[in-house]
Amino acid sequence: MLDTIQDMGRHGFGNWGVNPGGAMDGYAAQVANLLVGNDKHEAVIEIHFPGPQILFEQNTLIAITGADFSPTVNDEVIPRWQPVVVRKNTVLHFPSLVQGGRCYLSVHGGYCLQKWLNSYSTSLKAGAGGWDGMPLKKGDELAFNESHIYFAGLLKEENNFEALPWRVNTEKIYQYPHEVGFIPGHEWPLLSDAGRKAFLENNYIIHPSSDRMGYHLSGAPLILEKPIELVSSAMSFGTVQLLPGGRLIVLMADHQTTGGYPRIAHVVSAHLPKLAQLRPSDAIQFKLMDLAAAEQMLFSRQKELHILQRSCRDHLNEMVC
Amino acid sequence: MLLNYHPVADPLSSYSIFPLGDSAVTIDLGNCIDEQLNIRALALHDWLQAHRSPGILDIIGAYSSVSVFFDPPIVQASGVNGSCGVGQWVEGLLNEAWTATSGRIAAGPIVEGHTFRIPVCYEGEYAPDMQWVARHKGLSTEAIINIHCAKTYRVYMVGFLPGFSYMGTVDPQLELPRKQLPVNVVAGGVGIAGLQTGIYPLTSPGGWQIIGRTPVKLFDPRLDPPVRLQSGDRVQFYPVSQVEFRDLTGRPA
Repeated sequence: MLDTIQDMGRHGFGNWGVNPGGAMDGYAAQVANLLVGNDKHEAVIEIHFPGPQILFEQNTLIAITGADFSPTVNDEVIPRWQPVVVRKNTVLHFPSLVQGGRCYLSVHGGYCLQKWLNSYSTSLKAGAGGWDGMPLKKGDELAFNESHIYFAGLLKEENNFEALPWRVNTEKIYQYPHEVGFIPGHEWPLLSDAGRKAFLENNYIIHPSSDRMGYHLSGAPLILEKPIELVSSAMSFGTVQLLPGGRLIVLMADHQTTGGYPRIAHVVSAHLPKLAQLRPSDAIQFKLMDLAAAEQMLFSRQKELHILQRSCRDHLNEMVC
Repeated sequence: MLLNYHPVADPLSSYSIFPLGDSAVTIDLGNCIDEQLNIRALALHDWLQAHRSPGILDIIGAYSSVSVFFDPPIVQASGVNGSCGVGQWVEGLLNEAWTATSGRIAAGPIVEGHTFRIPVCYEGEYAPDMQWVARHKGLSTEAIINIHCAKTYRVYMVGFLPGFSYMGTVDPQLELPRKQLPVNVVAGGVGIAGLQTGIYPLTSPGGWQIIGRTPVKLFDPRLDPPVRLQSGDRVQFYPVSQVEFRDLTGRPA
């Protein structure tokens, strides 16, 4: 439905109104790259269900992370969160949605694309970045950066693919998928006691109009004790804004750089991957956290990613040397 | 998105610093559209740019605030924060920026903005909301054009869309609310909302009252920089006819 080139975002151009964009689930996108020995900033394809069919015109090392769209190669199921060598002239397909919002496809060496403002991410608004600022469509041909690895050597006889023997345990990252940690926003104290209680205790449902820009939430409307008009200021990925009618919107990867609605809460960065994997009509339960705990989660995740990067490269070197 | 246009008693003496999540911190100088506050925000922005350290991803200035975006693990790994939390350290950095720029304001902005004259066609299909604005305000189209073109506007900030410049302040005779629901605005659309005026650089849904369209391209991803107007610039509009508009865009009549 919507398949775009993304990376870890276009940072540093907010003063021009250019938003970071980037992968909705930055964790899955990074891991997809690390599994195949890439730098975490390489471009990946972000895939929404129903996904594309992709013909590989050469032997390729790929990884698929994020949502489970039951990927197959020539109709045989392939593992996710694990590097897979696929044979030349096979077709990758995503026949059914099992779980999650978007998945990521990396190729060893990365896709051969031009950066715009220092990033591969597709900005549909600006019509720039990624695949010339556009979603991928039927018939598009993407080139890979050249690889020195002889993948044919890793494929057994007639097999269409070969899963390499290392994978990532993502249990902790996506645990309690509906529990989303937040730290209070600047206008949080302007909610009534009852409003804050409602926000903490009620479930919110992701509305079908949600997309890469933001998740609209249905649930008990919230009202500020004293309405406040704010001049526009910067917003961030995960900011929960209170709209004039009392509805909430969580700003996601393609959010506008600035806005003027009250900031009730900010989803903690470590939980954005979970949120990115939720779909319309899924429920969210907000959980109050403190800043120190939010930071700590990011630090330990970063450590794990470092270890993953090192071990993937070591494994890959052992396999091919 | 409006607004307290009335500056607080001593707008340059108070500020607040607060987290915008776990990866950004904002310094807010006062919730209003005020040239002095905006100049101060620009000075803070420039100071922070000049004192960037590893892990700082972006520094975004707005009407009366500046937000610093960062990657907490990179800041932590660089060790600049010592035993502080990363967010806490950035709050400290913003305090330092405030102190460092305190003496500078009377002298004016560090970098003078450019002044641009921008042609606008206020006629026909290019001005879909002109008749509504005229009726609502009891003004003739001509009077509206004169009022809109009489002032030189300051670009307070760029945001919302790539290259969308928030300018002001518009003569209170044209003060109008935003639309209840956004409608599609064609690229180049010149709108007013509250005491703000702005140009839609790209075709996009928008809630401002569109009283004209400029043939000037304000955003082009192939250019460096891709945006024409930046915070601190000044803009004066002048009216052009539909024929001139088409000549300027090179489109056939």
